[in-house]
Amino acid sequence: MQRRVIFDDKLLPYLLLFPQVAVTLVFFIWPALQAVWQSTQLQDVFGLSTQFVWFENYTAVLTDPGYVGSIRVTAIFAASVTGLSMGLALLFAVMADANIRGREAYQALLIWPYALAPAVAAVLWLFIFHPQIGMVGRTLNQAGVPWDYKLNNGQALSLVILASAWKQVSYNFIFFLAALQSIPKSVIEAAAIDGAGPRRRFFTIQFPLIAPTSFFLLIVNVTYAFFDTFGVIHALTQGGPGTATSTLIYNVYKAGMVAQDLGGSAAQSVILMAFVIALTAVQFRFVERRVHYG
Amino acid sequence: MSMRKVILGATLAVGLGVAGTASAQQRVQIEFWHGLTPPPGQLLEQIVADFNAAQNTYQVNAAFKGSYPETMTAAIAAFRAGTAPHIVQMFEVGTGTMMAAGRAVKPLHELIAETGVQIDINDYVPAVRGYYALPDGRQMSMPFNSSTTVMFYNKDAFQKAGLDPEKAPETWPQLVDAARKLKAAGVACPFTTAWPTWAQVENFSAIHNVPLATQGNGFGGLNAELRINNPTMVRHLNTLVEMQKEGLFRYGGRDSAADALFPSGECAIIHGSSGLRGRIMREAQFQWGTAMLPFYPDVQGAPFNSIIGGASFWAMNKGPNATRSAEENKGISEFFRFLAQPSLIAKWHTETGFLPVRVAAYEAVKASGFYQQNPGTDVPILQMLRGPGTTTENTRGIRLGGFPEIRVIMQEEMERAFQGQQTAQQALDNAVTRGNVVLRNFERANRS
Repeated sequence: MQRRVIFDDKLLPYLLLFPQVAVTLVFFIWPALQAVWQSTQLQDVFGLSTQFVWFENYTAVLTDPGYVGSIRVTAIFAASVTGLSMGLALLFAVMADANIRGREAYQALLIWPYALAPAVAAVLWLFIFHPQIGMVGRTLNQAGVPWDYKLNNGQALSLVILASAWKQVSYNFIFFLAALQSIPKSVIEAAAIDGAGPRRRFFTIQFPLIAPTSFFLLIVNVTYAFFDTFGVIHALTQGGPGTATSTLIYNVYKAGMVAQDLGGSAAQSVILMAFVIALTAVQFRFVERRVHYG
Repeated sequence: MSMRKVILGATLAVGLGVAGTASAQQRVQIEFWHGLTPPPGQLLEQIVADFNAAQNTYQVNAAFKGSYPETMTAAIAAFRAGTAPHIVQMFEVGTGTMMAAGRAVKPLHELIAETGVQIDINDYVPAVRGYYALPDGRQMSMPFNSSTTVMFYNKDAFQKAGLDPEKAPETWPQLVDAARKLKAAGVACPFTTAWPTWAQVENFSAIHNVPLATQGNGFGGLNAELRINNPTMVRHLNTLVEMQKEGLFRYGGRDSAADALFPSGECAIIHGSSGLRGRIMREAQFQWGTAMLPFYPDVQGAPFNSIIGGASFWAMNKGPNATRSAEENKGISEFFRFLAQPSLIAKWHTETGFLPVRVAAYEAVKASGFYQQNPGTDVPILQMLRGPGTTTENTRGIRLGGFPEIRVIMQEEMERAFQGQQTAQQALDNAVTRGNVVLRNFERANRS
């Protein structure tokens, strides 16, 4: 039944691809190559004198104990943000998909946080959890629970994870909801008639059927946790206390913007890029195998 | 009255923007980037408007570029792209970087020599002028808003704790003692500090005449090494850590984050920028006082003068391959001369809490009786003049490349000490090791 259109012109496909390829080249590949080149340079901040130093920036970064520590922080951070935001979003999506009163309202409200800029979201969390001016923070301290994310590593990390995950729940929610709604009702009704409860239906029918969406979201969320959480961390903890919330992307900022060390910052970017490419490749290799595209 | 006229003139000039467009086109445009938020930022933009209204050859365009570090980053990026502003406000921490910037900056002494515009730089307070001058005395940038760290204390809380509200603690043992009494009287946060490194490391070192770094804190050359792990500094960080354990000191966060804790009444004593005064005046619902930073009386010769923070104005070249026209340089110099007027400096000082950077301005404010009517407003300048009368190589200031990054490192290591993860000695040792890496990289990158 499939209809095929055959173009004789050999040039046309390339022509059609050209805009996308051009945008990718100019905005992604070219800057990435520049970063690779920059990472081999030692420059004064004003760019007036430049030396080629081969891989010295890389050795400096990789032998810095602080950098190795931040790999650990990033791993915890990315895993927690991804797990928390996807888990909560899926839970909400399943609940909002059910036949409950006012479900349109729930669906609309759950999407709202996505409209917030990361820095704004972080400030909202700050007003809740600041030990002196935040509602929850104050209450905790008055109740005798020592809450001070400025000095407690665990609390600081939890806070940035919570704030980062919260923002991403909405995004995941939209996709999960759409995926759940695209499952034919007849399949679920058939299972219900066969005596499968909601839990059983979820794990044997819905969850496997939304696997492509889950896989897509896994990659998007991991990338989000690695790259897009800078604003939240900067506004909440600035990487502190100590370096307890300095993730890899925050280190790139510190090296590039605070220290004005463009070579070192570029080296960190390249390492981070290699990291995420490898991680995505691994996900495609091992996780995608188990995904069935209907 | 004359001030009001100038303001009126400026308002008219803005209001008649449409009519003024034609002449604004012919004026020499001077771009000026700054990093001051209101109220001082507003006052600064008013000064710029006054300058534009006072003459019709030059048009200075003031633009707020974010915090000090953000302004610095913006100016550097703009220079690399060949679109640097004519003038940039650079915080004192960036001074070392600007000094080593070569042809990116146009030194003030060159501007004066080339344009012939007279700026009486010798009348500036030595501790301010010297911060922005080469070792041979040649002036590199234009001093403007200088501050220093002082102590603010809550007189109501002092009264409640049975302390004399008119007598602030003068030494660290006295401060610890006062903090204990405040705690006993139910004050949850007896003492905190804003700017943990500027107040408790940089100014502390100057007041006790101990080196922050070799080579006279970096004035002598790019090969300076950090020395903040000296016994006096270790002892002080240890005092803070012990005070924190005892519930006498609360760590309020990096940079100015702790500022909010004092006007809200949460903390009874704070060490913060003298520029915090304006905010306390607006927000505090209690009686408060200003005093000089405390010292350890058993340290030889202490107290010495404190050192400045704040910012100065640097003239910049347009880009790596572009310089300014003689006209533009003349405009920059004329604007600087406008800023050097003692009356302008006096007004800036009394309204913002920044230091009177010119001796003539200080004398004028003193003669006007302002300090009698507003007790405590002269504490910052008196603290700058405290000590033996001349600056030593430890009290002249700090000129270290990459200092913004070193500050972050010091804060990180101090936080780990406050967390109990390491001792004061380990914290400062680590800060020295990590900070020296920054200094060596800066030295390498700027050698050629």
